[in-house]
Amino acid sequence: MAEVKLDAPAVEAASGPLREVARMFLKNHAAVGALAVLLLIVAAAVIGPPLYSDDPYEMVWAPFSPPGADGFLLGTDYLGRDILAGLFYGARVSLAIGLSAALMSVGIGVTIGALAGFYRGWVEEVLMRFTEFFQVLPTLLFSMVIVALFGASLQVVTIAIGVVSWTAVARITRAEFLRIRELEYVMASRASGAGNLKLITAVILPNALPPIIVQAALMVGSAILFEAGLSFLGLSDPNVMSWGQIIGSNRPYILDASFTVTIPGMAIFVTVLAISLVGDGLNDALNPKLRQR
Amino acid sequence: MGAAATLEVSNLRVELTTRDGISPVIDDLSFSLRAGETLALVGESGCGKSMTALAVMGLLPHPVGRIAGGSIFFDGEDLVAASDRRLRDIRGNDISMIFQEPMTSLNPVYTVGEQIAEVLRRHQGLGRRAAWEHAIELLNAVGIPDPAARVDSYPHQMSGGQRQRVMIAIALACKPKILIADEPTTALDVTVQAQIFDLLRNLQRETGTTILLITHDMGAVCELAERMMVMYAGRKVEEGGVDAVIAAPRHPYTKGLIDCVPHMIDNPTAARPPLVEIPGIVPPLRDFGAGRCLFAARCAERVARCAEARPEDVDFGAGHRAACWQAGAA
Repeated sequence: MAEVKLDAPAVEAASGPLREVARMFLKNHAAVGALAVLLLIVAAAVIGPPLYSDDPYEMVWAPFSPPGADGFLLGTDYLGRDILAGLFYGARVSLAIGLSAALMSVGIGVTIGALAGFYRGWVEEVLMRFTEFFQVLPTLLFSMVIVALFGASLQVVTIAIGVVSWTAVARITRAEFLRIRELEYVMASRASGAGNLKLITAVILPNALPPIIVQAALMVGSAILFEAGLSFLGLSDPNVMSWGQIIGSNRPYILDASFTVTIPGMAIFVTVLAISLVGDGLNDALNPKLRQR
Repeated sequence: MGAAATLEVSNLRVELTTRDGISPVIDDLSFSLRAGETLALVGESGCGKSMTALAVMGLLPHPVGRIAGGSIFFDGEDLVAASDRRLRDIRGNDISMIFQEPMTSLNPVYTVGEQIAEVLRRHQGLGRRAAWEHAIELLNAVGIPDPAARVDSYPHQMSGGQRQRVMIAIALACKPKILIADEPTTALDVTVQAQIFDLLRNLQRETGTTILLITHDMGAVCELAERMMVMYAGRKVEEGGVDAVIAAPRHPYTKGLIDCVPHMIDNPTAARPPLVEIPGIVPPLRDFGAGRCLFAARCAERVARCAEARPEDVDFGAGHRAACWQAGAA
């Protein structure tokens, strides 16, 4: 058979879609650099506290010691606490909140979007009106109400962020489901006896994932920003040091000792930028239209 | 009808809800599939061929399409009345289907082996390992070279012909009684088409599967089918043995379909019959179900009666039936 002969050399080492995505991602230098920065931040969060200082609240020196002076690389804050130690600890909190809030909003968003996009009809109608309701709520105000009602603990802050930011995921998921459910391989799976649950979770969802992954990555960044905003307003757990909290507590001295606010601000900026660049890189790598080139 | 019928469709009526109202896209359709035979379902696009297949599979587009009447008996069980759960068990196991577009009918995120094994696990209760090994055997059976390596391939690493072979492997994995092939070769190159026909014919000989071949390609009909059924605007217009129908079509629509295909002639210099087209197009959906001959507007042989009453389905002997007021005169 001629067709067989022609195709035989195409049996390259079986390369899955994942490998293809990794190859495209590595081509994007900005994203690779950002990923390296991000890994560095994660490493600092993990090994920083045990190696450097285990108590960021300890008053180690006179207040407002500028960076570099007196042996403190990043100086001390208004209570004489080491800012570098605070940054290490804050990285843990910021990353943890960013990740878990993003996971939470992906969980809610994918469930609602998938059901709405798959079942259509009144299910879609109800779920999308519900989504729109959350979409038009002023997010900061709503999360402040949640924190005010249930107390400023880490869990409540995470839930507050997750609850106000899942709508984008739901809309993206629904749009992908609406597109993919009409494709022929979904009909083919149906024709081979797959039930609805199987179609949603194992047939459509894996194909809908790329834009959801990108959105999730970007959401980690916006959740970190959101937490910083809440902390700045004094609405985060006062017993847990986060970047936003360092900025918030040093706010009165912003003119006299600007470094106490600028340094954690830079940390947030660099982290969120790195996450955005990685998300962008993922977007290019996962986007089939760009991949075809 | 002589031999035992695997599938017996009687007075099937499928309605589609459109903006113009409800149209019967399949209107009083009856036919039967005998065990082991190949029946070709022929007609232009929009004649209800695919709808017939979807109705049998219980996969009419929800909620616009529904079965409004009639019955579909499969091995003595009425599929119209069957539960969703029962239909899921039948699909892919007793009745399976292959589609027109092999490029898009396989899920791009799974290897072909996973997709074949999935059906085996679902319907045959095979374990992971057994299903995987059986998948390799099936790839071999449909003529994929080096199946032990290709089982790990993703659909995008295969050609159109190979993907259609994989689709056939999935469809035949559970040794179904009926295989519905919806234009299985339309999207393929001519040489590959011939290979797929060979494959289907050989597999049918080995497994005794009954095939319902949906096509508008008269070549495919002659190649594969023993009997054919011509549909127009949701109605059956002619049915009979392929040889008998091709040699002496009784319905003018069948004649038109046959005449618009070029014929091979022994002597290339001899005069050829001109290629004729059927003028006009299939009537709009809102006209489906009208109490007249729906082909009359395009028909050269129409008489007054065609616009007044729907032609009856008449048997002209040996199972050759046609629904045309002029069929007896021909």
